[in-house]
Order: sequence, then C-alpha cells, then structure tokens
Amino acid sequence: MSESIYDKYETVIGLEVHTQMLTKSKAYCADEYEYGANPNTQVSPISLGHPGTLPKHNLEVVKYAVKMGLACNCTIAEWQHYARKNYFYADLPKGYQITQDKTPICTNGFIEIKLKDKEPKRIGITRIHMEEDAGKSMHDQDVYNTLIDLNRAGVPLIEIVSEPDMKNGEEAYQYLTEIKQLVKYLDICDGNMEEGSLRCDANISVMLKGSKVFGTKVEVKNMNSFRNVQKAIDYEVKRQIEAIEAGKTIVMETRSFDAQKGTTFTLRSKEGAADYRYFPEPDLPPLRVTQAFIDDVKQQMPALPKALFHKYTTEFGLNEYDANVLIESKEIANYFEQILAFTKNIKAAANWMMTSVKAYLNEQALHITDFKLQPKQIAEIIALIDGGKVSSSAAQKVFAAMIEKPAESAENIAQQLNLIQESNTDELQKWIDEAIAANPAKVAEYKAGKQSLVGMFMGDVMKLSKGKADPKIASKLVKETLDKQ
Amino acid sequence: MEINNEIIDKLADLAKLDFTETEKVALQKDMTQIISFFEKMNEVNTDNVEPLIFMNSHENILRNDEPKHEITHQEALLNAPDKDSDYFRVPKFLDK
Repeated sequence: MSESIYDKYETVIGLEVHTQMLTKSKAYCADEYEYGANPNTQVSPISLGHPGTLPKHNLEVVKYAVKMGLACNCTIAEWQHYARKNYFYADLPKGYQITQDKTPICTNGFIEIKLKDKEPKRIGITRIHMEEDAGKSMHDQDVYNTLIDLNRAGVPLIEIVSEPDMKNGEEAYQYLTEIKQLVKYLDICDGNMEEGSLRCDANISVMLKGSKVFGTKVEVKNMNSFRNVQKAIDYEVKRQIEAIEAGKTIVMETRSFDAQKGTTFTLRSKEGAADYRYFPEPDLPPLRVTQAFIDDVKQQMPALPKALFHKYTTEFGLNEYDANVLIESKEIANYFEQILAFTKNIKAAANWMMTSVKAYLNEQALHITDFKLQPKQIAEIIALIDGGKVSSSAAQKVFAAMIEKPAESAENIAQQLNLIQESNTDELQKWIDEAIAANPAKVAEYKAGKQSLVGMFMGDVMKLSKGKADPKIASKLVKETLDKQ
Repeated sequence: MEINNEIIDKLADLAKLDFTETEKVALQKDMTQIISFFEKMNEVNTDNVEPLIFMNSHENILRNDEPKHEITHQEALLNAPDKDSDYFRVPKFLDK
C-alpha cells in the first residue's frame, strides 16, 4: 500500500485580490469610468500623466476602503500616506503607480469561509490598501503596434492581501465567493471577474507535511473566473509536487493560466526581480482617519451576510441551506425581509423566495430588482393560503397571473380565476351528500371498517366542487357525514 | 560607497537610458561624489527620530466624488507621437 505522492505534501495558498471601486470618479482626478466606453474618452491631464498636474484624493475611496476593512475585521490605520511604485510600462503613463506601501489603510483582519460538511474556516487578511488601476494594452488589434486605451488609468482599486491560510483550490474558491459577496453587500465593487472589476492573483507553494519551511512560491495570474482560480491552483499544486518528486527544483516565477488547456505556463522568471523603488508619494498629503470618521462609515454599512445568516437561522428558525440562499445577495435578503413586513409567516415567505420567485427569476434571467411583484403582493398570496381562501396549488396560479397583472391584488386575481376555496359548510355539505348518495356500496364498506375510503369520497367532493372545496374543512365534514350514515 | 560599473548599468536599465563607456566613467565619478555628500548625514545619530516625509503639515486634502469631463478625445490624443483615431500607438510588445 503505497501512499499517494500528493498526500505527502501540504499546500500553502495566499491570494491577492484587486477590486475596482464603484465610485463616480477616479481615485485622484474627476474622470468617469465606464467599462466598454470608447477608448481614451474618459481621461484628463492627470490620468494621462501630463507634467505639472497634481492628483487629489477621492474621499469616497477612503470610505469604501474603511468599509471593507471593517467588514474584514481589520484595524484601520490612523495615519497613512501613499507611495509610488515605479515601473516602466506603456499603459502606465506616469511611470509609477500610486499605491500604499508601508502604511496600508487596513491591516490584520480575517474573514470566515464556508466549507462543505466542515466548520467555517478563518482566513487571515494581511492588509488592504488603496491604489490606482493602469490603462489597457491591446496587442491583437493592430499588426505592427500595441494600442493603448487609458480610460482605466487611475480607476480606484483596493487590493486585499490574504495570509497564506488556504490549503486547496476549493478554499480559494470559497474565499473569493466571500470577498465578492462582501464587496457587493457594501456596494463598493460590482465583483464582475469577467469584466475585470475583480481580479485575483494566487501565490502557491507546497512543502512536505510537518515542514516548518515554506516551499518556493509561484505566482499565478490571468484567471478570469472563480472556477478557473480553483482549477489553476489544483493544477499548479499537482505540477509542483510532481516536479519535486521527479527531483526538480521549483523556481520563483510568475505563471499564467491557460483556460483552454487548464494548465499554467511560465510568464516571467523572478530572477531579475522587478525593482519598484517605492518611495512616499509627495504629491498627495497624508491622510488621518479619525474614530469619528470610522464610526460614521460604520453607520452607513448594511447588515452583512454573516449577521443575516445568524438572524435567519436562530431568530427565524430557517435551516442553513435556506439561510444561505436568502443571503446570497443583499437584494434577495432585502426583498425577503420586506415580505416579512406584511406577514408573520416567515417559513412561507422563505419558501416563496426559495421556490416560485427564484424559479421565475432564473427562468426569465431577471435580477430581483427587476421583479414586477412587490414584496407586499407575495405576502398577500401567503395570506390567501393561510386564510384558507386558496389551496397551495391554486396559489401558484395566482402568482403566475399576478406577474401578468401586477397592479391587481392577489384576492382579485384569485376571484377572477375562480380559485377561491369554498369553506362555507352549507355549500360543502351539498357536494358531500351528493357524493355519498351516489355510492351506497362504498358507504357500506366504510361502515364495515374501511376507513381509507374517506380519501375516495374527498376526491369525489373535489371533482364536484371543481377543486374549490377547502380540503381541510371538507375532509372533516366527509368523515362526520359518513359516521352518521 | 563606491559606484561601480554594475550599479551604473542597473540604474541605466531602470531609467531606460544608454551610455557609452566614456559616459559611464564620468557618471561613476559624479555619482560617487553625490553619494559621499549624502553619506555625511550618516554621521548624525537618528535613533528614535521619526523620518520626515512631508515638508508641511497638510493632511486630509480630499475632494468629493464628483465626475467632471475635462478634455475631449481629440485633445487627449493631441500630444501623442503616434496614434490612430481611437488609441495611442506604441511599438508592439507582449509579456505581463
């Protein structure tokens, strides 16, 4: 029984996540930025790096960074400044990136990730710092030249650097899912990895289990989806272990992910490691973040998914699966809570969200914010069921019809569709008497002890009433009437 | 500290500049002088002294998040040595 070579090793993964801030203007100048806008139309002398221009902080970026820091349980730096990271590249017009080096705005936090059939795991956040994005280089549109679009130059980013706390691709995937959920709840980034508003680089190394010394780390870039991050990591771990087992040495390098092949390949070696010559940015005065400012930002923050999860599973008594689906996005959670303003039936509200509403949105590829029905209308349908006025299956018809006529009340629609249940006992008794009179033989069998025949009589009553008999009251009456025969 | 050829080559590379051998010799001399001038400062004890980063006491000079459109697309490309109707054009390069 030989142990698999992969079981001998322990994997160490840290992630660097860049997220574009959803501010109205750029980090250090007033240009707008919209993904997909015509090239070089969202620029100014500052973002173009013209001589003699002076950058100026965007207050909103500081607020957004503090929000993320608080959401990640970080310490917020009281005093901080920016730094220049110098490198030469055609889409970086100034020749340096404005970033934070020695004084990141947030440090020393953590988030919790959910793992299948395991306790949540805590992943440390080393730091979060503010910086700016570079422009874009297009290599394939012109045969002889590289084309530069500077619209993205100067777009505010926060970089979230994790501790090397992750052990495999699945944990990295869950970590990214949490980060995306947080930035979306906070409304600071749209989290769209395909459009590049959330980007991730992974630092991966392997070492023999129990070793105290980390292996040589390799950086993997260019993964454009969460699944690809997971795949790239799993591939890279396998590659490194196999290389070591074959007696090779892992070299410090940057690799790129090839999504088609599901492999990674060398982008550049770190031997001639870049020398960024960081120094304090003299053009931007330092920043002092007061406790009053932090308190103010805290006030503006919505309830975060973890707090909602706790509330839904304890206070509302929902199961973990349902709670997780409901907190998936802030908008879904908001909608759910708005239904609760009109009904006390929490379970029913959760069920409607989990089944009919979600199914309809998925089918139509709609976002909850585009949903035509108001939360109050869902509560109306719930009230119809709870009041015995419509059956659960009829309620589905009411729901479908309401989407077509969102201006009408649930009860009106139920009436128009003739779905209101008959709970008037006099009406019900007529159908029951008719059903019993038509089946004297079955009545005799019932009297002889075949209790299960109640079901058959109920079926007849439902048929006679064209499905409008309130089943609860009707079945009670059927039994009572049979017993009197 | 002596500035040797290796350091000159590294600095030239970082600054994207090319020098002839004669120029390098001159640079070596100049830069050794500059460095030794700054080394004077090492004579002062700076233990427990916070580095002075900013020359004035300004803090929190911030602007509100209000977008402005300052220049047109044509103006943006006006000073470019090479361009097409949409983009800045640079010699073809890959990597990164």
